[in-house]
Amino acid sequence: MKNFGFTISTGRSINLDEIREENISKLLEMVPSYKWCIGCGGCTATCSAGAFTNFNIRKIHNSFVRGQYQGLDKELQQCMLCGKCLLVCPRGVNTRSLIVNMRRILAGVEANTFKGKEVIQ
Amino acid sequence: MKSISIIGAGPAGIEAASILAQQGIAVTLFEKSSSAMKNVADKTFLFPDFAAASDIVEAMNKKLLNSNITLHCDTEIVALEREGKTSWKLTDAKGMSYYSDLVLIATGYTPFDAHRKEELGYGIYNGVVTSLDMEKMIRYDKIVNSLGEKPRRVVFLQCVGSRDEKSGNHYCSKICCVTAVKQAIELKRCLPDTEAYVFYMDLRMWGQHFEELYRQAQQEYGIRFVRGRISEASGTFDGRVQIKAEDTLMGLPLRMTTDLLVLMVGMEASEGTRCLGKACGIGGEYGFVQSKDPHLNDTATDQEGIFVCGTCKRPMSINDSINDARSAAVTILQAIQ
Repeated sequence: MKNFGFTISTGRSINLDEIREENISKLLEMVPSYKWCIGCGGCTATCSAGAFTNFNIRKIHNSFVRGQYQGLDKELQQCMLCGKCLLVCPRGVNTRSLIVNMRRILAGVEANTFKGKEVIQ
Repeated sequence: MKSISIIGAGPAGIEAASILAQQGIAVTLFEKSSSAMKNVADKTFLFPDFAAASDIVEAMNKKLLNSNITLHCDTEIVALEREGKTSWKLTDAKGMSYYSDLVLIATGYTPFDAHRKEELGYGIYNGVVTSLDMEKMIRYDKIVNSLGEKPRRVVFLQCVGSRDEKSGNHYCSKICCVTAVKQAIELKRCLPDTEAYVFYMDLRMWGQHFEELYRQAQQEYGIRFVRGRISEASGTFDGRVQIKAEDTLMGLPLRMTTDLLVLMVGMEASEGTRCLGKACGIGGEYGFVQSKDPHLNDTATDQEGIFVCGTCKRPMSINDSINDARSAAVTILQAIQ
């Protein structure tokens, strides 16, 4: 077929009907305190990695629960796990554990041994 | 002794009447509908402690059992004018006149008519309901979608008719945020497997225990909160509702289908509030009535002998209305002496 140089744009909107619930429930099981997140962005504001790169922890975990996985694993590698975000969170979310466990789920690693516990790395 | 008329037998009107009656003062109370406490009776449980609305209605109705209170139901006061120097003439819809030295306006609010936000599909799609409809569904333990089945997903939308230029209401109705949280929890208690989403612009958990209720909604009930206003709703072929919003924390448009879309309707000045405010020259913004001073004298008005309390002034919760009525009663007692 002749290529006319046109492409079809794929939709960029989030479709919550097609979301992978099992990934969210897995994350909430590993990090129960994530339920308390109110998206204030305190974690992003204090983030050392975020001060020098476009790393945005608030946006990453929001993306995760909205099923926007593309490029997330790579972005998550920018985190140095310093834990400053954990100190500032007004809701007591274990943000460091959140990052570690998002990495796990994205890498397809089953973390059965950590079931029901929040793991601080 | 000066005579007192109170217009509106809601929480505010009844509380003020009761306090004054206990002080031995004869009070005439007018109510346009057939019974007192109509708006509260439409509720099932009250935030933030899930107190039964019927208990509150019963307790308030009991306060009316005082020989100093004369209650006229089915009596809508439509005109209020000065009679002589110190007195006021009240006229009802049937043309009957009543005379009184002091008048307390407690004519309250009316829920925002969701039909006015046509893009949200109320009255067009059966899956779109208001927070008042939801209260009824909760009361009869019959939360169903447009086909009469158990819903798999319910979406609550905040700020319907509040904080909205298009509705002409710039103000916040105050009570809807916590009501949505309350109703979402009630939904999860009735139907634990049903997903609940709340779409909000800001969540204003201003009262005692409201923030805790919000936290409980997240923690114990897994209710999901999305920051973004639903711009439109449309029906699907299978009787569900398709919604569009922006997830503003993601910066991406978002769509989803839901079995029920619950519109959290705000508070507007009632017809009586608009009419009487205008009639005696104390009409304020958005049809509400205006007190003399919001800080120091919030129950008297610029018209001597006219007092105001409750949601005829601005959106208020039930307990705030009751407290405001007590404050008005004290102001009136001082005016009598």
